[in-house]
Amino acid sequence: MSAVPLLEVKDLTVEFSTRRGIVQAVEDVNVTVPKGEIVGIVGESGSGKSVTSYAVMRILDRVGRVARGTITYTSLDLVGASEPEMRDLRGREMSMIFQNPRLALNPIRKVGKQLEDVLLQHAQADARDVKRKAIGLLEQVRIARPEERYHAYPFELSGGMCQRIVIALALACKPQLLIADEPTTGLDVTTQKAVMDLVVDLVRARGMSAILITHDLGLAAAYCDKVVVMEKGRVVETAASIDIFQAPQAAYTRKLMRATPRPGITLHDLLPEETPAPTPKAPHQVGEPLLTVENLVKEYKRQAPPPTLKGLFGKKPEPQPPFRAVDGISFTVNKGESVGLVGESGCGKSTTSTIVMRLIDPSGGRILFDGQDIGAVPARAFALSPLRKRIQMVFQDPTESLNPRYTVSRAIADPLLRMGGFTGGARLRDKIAELATMVGLPLELLDRFPHQLSGGQKARVGIARAIALNPDLVILDEPTAALDVSVQAVVLNLLQHLKETLGMSYLFVSHDLHVVRLLCDRVIVMRQGAIVEEGTAEQVLEAPKADYTRELISAIPHPPV
Amino acid sequence: MTAVTETAPAAPPASGLVATLRHARHVIGENPVTGLSFGLFALFLIGAVIGPWIVPYDPLESDTAQALQAPTWAHWFGTDQVGRDIFSRVVVATRLDMEIAIFSVALVFVVGGLAGVAAGYFGGWTDRIVGRLGDTIMAFPLFVLAMGIVAALGNTVTNIVIATAIVNFPLYARIARSEANIRREAGFVQAARLTGNSEMRTVLTQIVPNILPIMMVQMSLTMGYAILNAAGLSFIGLGVRPPTPEWGIMVAEGAAFIVSGEWWIALFPGLALMLAVFCFNLMGDGLRDIIDPQRRT
Amino acid sequence: MLSSFLRRLATAIPSLIGVIIVTFLLTRVLPGDTAAYFAGPAATPEAIEEIRAKLGLDKSLPEQFVDYVTGLVSGDLGTSLTTGQPVINDIVDRLPASAELTLFGLVIAIAVAVPLGILAAVRQGSWVDHLCRIVATAGVSLPVFFTGLLLVYVFYYLLGWAPAPLGRLDVFAFPPDPITGFLLIDTLLVGDWETFGSALAQLAVPAATLAIFALAPITRITRASMLSVLSSEFVRTARASGLSPLKVIVTYAFRNAMLPVITTLGMVFSFLLGANVLVEKVFAWPGIGSYAVEALIASDYAPVQGFVLAMAIMYVVLNLLIDLLYGVIDPRVRIEG
Repeated sequence: MSAVPLLEVKDLTVEFSTRRGIVQAVEDVNVTVPKGEIVGIVGESGSGKSVTSYAVMRILDRVGRVARGTITYTSLDLVGASEPEMRDLRGREMSMIFQNPRLALNPIRKVGKQLEDVLLQHAQADARDVKRKAIGLLEQVRIARPEERYHAYPFELSGGMCQRIVIALALACKPQLLIADEPTTGLDVTTQKAVMDLVVDLVRARGMSAILITHDLGLAAAYCDKVVVMEKGRVVETAASIDIFQAPQAAYTRKLMRATPRPGITLHDLLPEETPAPTPKAPHQVGEPLLTVENLVKEYKRQAPPPTLKGLFGKKPEPQPPFRAVDGISFTVNKGESVGLVGESGCGKSTTSTIVMRLIDPSGGRILFDGQDIGAVPARAFALSPLRKRIQMVFQDPTESLNPRYTVSRAIADPLLRMGGFTGGARLRDKIAELATMVGLPLELLDRFPHQLSGGQKARVGIARAIALNPDLVILDEPTAALDVSVQAVVLNLLQHLKETLGMSYLFVSHDLHVVRLLCDRVIVMRQGAIVEEGTAEQVLEAPKADYTRELISAIPHPPV
Repeated sequence: MTAVTETAPAAPPASGLVATLRHARHVIGENPVTGLSFGLFALFLIGAVIGPWIVPYDPLESDTAQALQAPTWAHWFGTDQVGRDIFSRVVVATRLDMEIAIFSVALVFVVGGLAGVAAGYFGGWTDRIVGRLGDTIMAFPLFVLAMGIVAALGNTVTNIVIATAIVNFPLYARIARSEANIRREAGFVQAARLTGNSEMRTVLTQIVPNILPIMMVQMSLTMGYAILNAAGLSFIGLGVRPPTPEWGIMVAEGAAFIVSGEWWIALFPGLALMLAVFCFNLMGDGLRDIIDPQRRT
Repeated sequence: MLSSFLRRLATAIPSLIGVIIVTFLLTRVLPGDTAAYFAGPAATPEAIEEIRAKLGLDKSLPEQFVDYVTGLVSGDLGTSLTTGQPVINDIVDRLPASAELTLFGLVIAIAVAVPLGILAAVRQGSWVDHLCRIVATAGVSLPVFFTGLLLVYVFYYLLGWAPAPLGRLDVFAFPPDPITGFLLIDTLLVGDWETFGSALAQLAVPAATLAIFALAPITRITRASMLSVLSSEFVRTARASGLSPLKVIVTYAFRNAMLPVITTLGMVFSFLLGANVLVEKVFAWPGIGSYAVEALIASDYAPVQGFVLAMAIMYVVLNLLIDLLYGVIDPRVRIEG
């Protein structure tokens, strides 16, 4: 560690003027980035981690301003620097990678040209060799066939590939400091690993420093030398990565650390230490098959190419074979069992669950629920089937799954009124109160509208609605994907508790193997519409048989424990 | 359990309506122009309802001795070529212009809105038919199509209302379609299906109430266009016939006198027209702010 | 590029078919009995029947449609009762006057509105921004025929700067031989500066009227789309990589912001072609709009239908051009499929 840090942020306070007056987004933040080190800034939503980095780059919105504190880059004062001085620094001395790579690139300019813009701006190349240098950059970020990709537009590239271009942009002028703001959020876990490995390799190879901003403590700990934990605009802890997991000091860090799913723990371990241990589990009851899916297929017609004059008057082109989102899969969910359906985006897991839910119709195969073929009933008619109330679902996005015009009690009452034989009055009110209590929702929230609730509270409403009719099977579609980790920990425990109390079966759809392992007895791994591996949770995670499963597991960031 | 049910809920939080009203007050307080537009709208409504009883002169009575008088205390807006009082005519015309605008917008709101919701929610052939219909209408310059429709159906006020509704159809259908379409697969709509609601019930209880506010804003914004459209048609001699007082036709009557300097005949009905359109546009913007503070421009 | 051009061309076909069907239907729902109307008030029932057969109105609807389309293909839009000429000839004669007025108005509007909108977005909250808002809100509320009359009063009656609002040329000026039909271009081609000046003087006020009308939507959408592009993530990235403000605004923001503006041009054309009719009436402009209005008042329906069809075809073609322009700027549309 060198004595003079590359970047030093001291007592930084950033204010935003809003309709409700002046709000302090970050307060007295101190961050030091030594030369050659990677520093992680970790926090949940609203912690001020991004604002800090925008202040360093001086790209805050018009309404934001640095109220107090200093930002020193080598010996330069960044708070007092003029805009032309900053412009010269940006890109050449320090650069930034943003969250959504697709949105970070100009959609109507060739990626090669965008690289050239930066090279020319900072006099890193002249008109003669600029193209060669741009292609060289593409090579450095490990893009195959760089000469060809030079002419590509962002929409022709995958998300991971776009992020590589953004990295190439950021590194084009050999800056000393790289700020990466949630660089892999929204990317699949295997792509995330590839991108993070690339960033860290390049940073290390060039002796640069970097700031990694993320909500994922595991990711930060795996790739950073030092981690700064932020909560509500303040720094609560700064420590070496190794120490954060082994000996977290601040209470908030401990809570965050515990709530991060990781190998070798139980659901209860996610909760803060003081939480009382649950009553010992009753011996696990797994009964006969409840749901049997046989050779399920879902095909989608490919987008027809737009009509051409030739197409209108001449021979019809050969129709393309339909796209198979689900390609003949079979599995079983037994009574009282939790089965996890895991895979990356586009693997067909959500399509499968939506078909089982009977919201869309399969193209082929059978779905047996308690011995009856529910796949034969069209999705539109299934709303009136007596089996409807036995299969329910908890949706991915708790906000989007609640009607903004319904109060909480109206939302929970809906299934009771439609299918539960309730007609209103005191009996309905009591039932709603009972359900709310079961999911830990304070009764005074019952008259509120969704926008007046927190994310965790909305998730509880969704769960209460799903269990209102005592279903036999509940499908959980990434129920915690939109939640902060500490809220996720609580919701997962609630789901486990409800299952033990009510004896339901779960089909848990998720992209996160660690989360699935905590809640599920068995795991099914899907890829490109097919099942690649199936087994008990321990088996699949500890001794995966398929290469793809191994790849998935190794891609999950490992904190240095 | 008993302890829980006994807990009386504390002061209930603001319900949706109260919260919306509170937000509306905030928006109006912050942007007085919106408040002004609501006041202006009320004025137009009052003029439309009681106009004929409060005006100083009979709007149809001519008095050639008083013809072509510039504004005086006796005739605030002056008199026209046959000596009719322009102020009285402008006020009385409010009712007809408002009627045309309100009826045509209400008509297209119901027909276009429902067609759009059906297209967006059910998709398939419903969507194709509604979409094709809208595209065909949009393939015409709208005012020109309105001219053609009135010419074909007959030169009456009712047909002006119908023509104005038809040319607005694609706009309403498209907005309703896209709003219904993005909600078709929304979690809360799927949840409603899971709780045993039929498709029809799902549309009526989940989709329609959620897109109503957006359609209301649209209504306010197109009301201005409807007035302009109707006035334009009567300016070229369609629909309303003289001597009926109507803003568009009054401007047309005054047009001939502009070149000889009698400006007041065309000016005052024109100003009334402009003010009405201005009022609806401002009101539409204000309503949009109230519904969605993020889309403020 | 050629194949994508053909593909765009193909997408205009359904619109054209729709337009033809609608105009056909409009000719069939004329108030009252069409044959009786054409026969005149004094006609005997036999004479009406004869005319019915002559017009083909006794045939089935599909047969009539085939006749109608066959007529269209050979340029037969019927005959005007007022001028006694085939409608198609009248329209061809008068189209250049309308086109010159509309295009000139549009060019003025774009030349003012786009820079104004961009400036308002770049300097958000400045006086330019406030001016932009006033233009946008007031412009939408002004009835175009009313603006026209106001301008005539101010510039002709009060100031005397503009000539009388009576057509394309001063009565004493000699019109040039038609080459393009656009007076401004034709006079320039033959070097007749005097007539050019006269034509320009006549054109200025009506074109300004149209421009004021078109200003509002273009300014509004330019400002809004420029604002949204300026706050987009790729502009932030461009700024974070230290690109100069000029480069960011021109290469990154402006080209992207133009996409919604070009789409809106379609709508603006729709309004402009309609407003054109009103402006022609105010300024006694000898275009197809005033032709249609005169025919309408005389209950002469064939010219009105011909006019509606001609305007619709023009509008479909304009939309096609807008589509093509969009494809030139946006690679996502160009490379699709």
